[in-house]
Amino acid sequence: MSMWRRPGRDDARTSPGGGRRRFVQWSLLGVFALMIARAFYLQIIDAPFLSREAGRQAVQMIQEQGHRGMILDRYGRPLAISTPVDSLWGNPQLLLKEPAAWPALAHAIGWTLGQFRRALHAQRHEQFMYLRRDADPRFAKKVLDLRIRGVASQREYRRYYPTGSADATVIGFTNIDDQGQDGIELAYNSWLSPRPGHATVIRDGLGEPIAVHYGHTRPQRGKNLVLTLDQRIQYLAYHALKKAVRYHGARSGSVIVLNPYTGSILALANVPSFNPNTRADLDSVYYRDRAVTDVIEPGSSLKPLTVALDLQTGRVTPHTLVNTSPGYYWVGPDKISDVADFGLIDVNHVIAESSNVGASKIALTTLTRRAMYANFRRLGLGHSTHSGLPGESPGFLAPPGTWEPIQKATLSFGYGISVTPMQLARAYTALANGGILEPISIVHHEKPVKGRRVFSRRVVLEMRRMLEMAASPVGTGATADIVNYRVAGKTGTAHIADATGYHRHEYVASFAGFAPATDPRLVAVVVIRDPTRHGYYGAQCAAPVFREVMTGALRILNIPPDNPETLMAQTAGARGTGHG
Amino acid sequence: MTNYERWHIDRPLFHALLALAATSLFVLYSAGGNNLLFALGDALRLAVGFVVMFAAAQVSPETYRKWSVPLFGGGVLALALVLAIGVVRFGARRWIAFGPLSIQPSEFMKLAVPMMLAWYFSRRSLPPRLTQVIIAALIMLIPVLLIAKEPDLGTAVIVLLSGVIVLFLAGMSWRTIAVVVLAAVAAAPVLWAHMHHYQRQRIYILFHPEADPLGAGYHAIQGMIAVGSGGIFGQGWLHSSQANLHFLPDSTTDFAFAVFCQEFGFFGDLALLALYLFIIYRGLRIAFAAQDSYSRLLAASLSVLFFFDVFINMGMVSGILPVVGVPLPILSYGGTSLLIIMADLGILMSIHGHRRLVN
Repeated sequence: MSMWRRPGRDDARTSPGGGRRRFVQWSLLGVFALMIARAFYLQIIDAPFLSREAGRQAVQMIQEQGHRGMILDRYGRPLAISTPVDSLWGNPQLLLKEPAAWPALAHAIGWTLGQFRRALHAQRHEQFMYLRRDADPRFAKKVLDLRIRGVASQREYRRYYPTGSADATVIGFTNIDDQGQDGIELAYNSWLSPRPGHATVIRDGLGEPIAVHYGHTRPQRGKNLVLTLDQRIQYLAYHALKKAVRYHGARSGSVIVLNPYTGSILALANVPSFNPNTRADLDSVYYRDRAVTDVIEPGSSLKPLTVALDLQTGRVTPHTLVNTSPGYYWVGPDKISDVADFGLIDVNHVIAESSNVGASKIALTTLTRRAMYANFRRLGLGHSTHSGLPGESPGFLAPPGTWEPIQKATLSFGYGISVTPMQLARAYTALANGGILEPISIVHHEKPVKGRRVFSRRVVLEMRRMLEMAASPVGTGATADIVNYRVAGKTGTAHIADATGYHRHEYVASFAGFAPATDPRLVAVVVIRDPTRHGYYGAQCAAPVFREVMTGALRILNIPPDNPETLMAQTAGARGTGHG
Repeated sequence: MTNYERWHIDRPLFHALLALAATSLFVLYSAGGNNLLFALGDALRLAVGFVVMFAAAQVSPETYRKWSVPLFGGGVLALALVLAIGVVRFGARRWIAFGPLSIQPSEFMKLAVPMMLAWYFSRRSLPPRLTQVIIAALIMLIPVLLIAKEPDLGTAVIVLLSGVIVLFLAGMSWRTIAVVVLAAVAAAPVLWAHMHHYQRQRIYILFHPEADPLGAGYHAIQGMIAVGSGGIFGQGWLHSSQANLHFLPDSTTDFAFAVFCQEFGFFGDLALLALYLFIIYRGLRIAFAAQDSYSRLLAASLSVLFFFDVFINMGMVSGILPVVGVPLPILSYGGTSLLIIMADLGILMSIHGHRRLVN
């Protein structure tokens, strides 16, 4: 122990004088110098940064949501509207400090206490968690009235679609952040979207805004969008189509109704569809607007267009005779055949009987490849209709240089070309309105864009007569006839093709036509894909839908009947039973 | 004989304390949200503090010496009682409740430990022998461990420091000090392993406050922002945005210094540091002038302890020390700590005032 004692140096250490005293004094001075240095660093060197931080955390930009514009049909009926909802959120950091309030809060938002505790624990490092999104404002008020620190609400708007699944594939839907995801909602998202209001506010350490700092702008609601759709026809088309698709066990179907003079879409229905109000985990197959996104090989419903092109050359007339015996012929190694041997028939009957042999023979003699290709392009085939609907397919028309010898023949009856139902419907507007191909529109414009002439009036009149015949008991489309109206239209039945070739037992049944035939006001195209029951021909599947939709639409639009014969018969009958 | 001398009041120390008390009133009025009632509470608290100081100054150092052991013993008993029947607040058992009042015995140990050790060494020839140092260390470790168990690491460290100061001033050899320091460094990993998660986090956050700006680093960051945004001249009285907007936690207690810095800037800081430095130097002068080793050791260690309180609080607010709950002497709103500090200062005055002067 002696080493610890240093006799003789006691005086220096017995009192806090001497070495210890100086040591203490200098240490104190040193530490104070350090603190002054620290203050100098923070308050002079680092002051600009720290002042900015002080300002930055106290000033906050907040957004105030406006509501999205409505989507309306052409008569102002609402198709999509926004209703106010309140999203409740909490600050987990504050909530964690108030365990006493948990049971009441959990109960109010409909969670169990355990769920609430787990959620809170999982978010314990966050300052924001949703407690409930899109709640009824009255519900939110009840929760807010509990006055729990760290619970707040945010006004949002939820989209509601009064017409449900009837328009769903066209209108599309928005996501929970009110952004368009599909259909019109997507295509016109920026038009419909509100401009949020901004305010820069001073907020305190609890995140509560204290006062508006500067730059307060009010939210602006999104603009309304008026569509060309007529909700009554739309509803009718959807339900007729749905019924037919179910009856025939088909995979899908589309109906388009156009105004032939403006190209505006009056109805556009697809099956399958979905309920946009309760949309949950649906596969995207339900969302597709098949009338513009899915292509088909049209088959015979394209025939009127190719025959019209033939007539346009002046080399054939409706009365030119074609020999279709014996119901087939060979183009090189390929066989083209009809369902029966129609013998020697004129062009009228080529359409009415839907003779592939006839149509192709005429086309082969009247049109060059290049002319055929150019004319198809002029009819809007092989490129998008620019309807403005998202995901629209341009279809497919190969350039003439790549055609096999057979292709020119098959194109004349609608094989070897892919079109969307919309392209087909648009091409038919030219037959209905006197030869003008109209641009397609889904959004209502005061001044419609002018179309361009693709057929002469003569050709259109001749074609109309043929199509009337095709839709009469003489032709294949007899099932499309409408009481008191004269109908022009053509059926189509085509094998479905995919990468492996044509499927023997899978068909696309279609019907394209217009009414009243003497003064066409409506063009409609019906496509039923892969019918499996109760027949697969266009006449069996598509034409009845056409009849049902057209009958209803003509009545709804108050279009006068143009079939004097049946009209007189009916009037006579009515007089007889006293209903005149 | 002036009134000051008659009542054993040290005039320079007293005036410096009045200046600090006035500063406290202004700062806490602002930090408390311009609440007059709160400022009144502060005034009352300070008044009681001055009464305690005055009373403490009247007791002779000889009496303190005699009462050193019973006071220490009572304090240790109270600490044991806290662990047995204490009240839990904020996750720690630190208080004993007496009806509406609650006291924190650990605060009291900041005074009792220096008294006890000063008493112990005053009876022996100095410098102490190693065995004496070890005995003294064991004496002070009893309350330190009891406090650390509550847990109240901040106070435990300060009580430990208060004892170490006495050991150091008593003349513990540098060699022993070197051994103790080395042992402490070696023990650090063991200590680290026994710390609570939040205690470790506070030390980690000292070096990386931005790692968790809304959680563990929040206090440190908000403190630094408040100090730094004061700049050279400060934002002016009542204009501490950090306090007014509630970004600064504990703005009336542990972080009152941050409010002061934001309102009065770098120059205000210098003035406040000068005031504290003056008080500490005055205390040390009293110690050096004291006439017996008990008074000398006690006065010096109380002064250095006061300095540690100031340094730890300011260091914590300005981000050079971990965030431990140590209030700034006199300035911060806090009852127990103020009473103990005023008692300390009263004892200093007593030591100075009871000198036997040769005329």
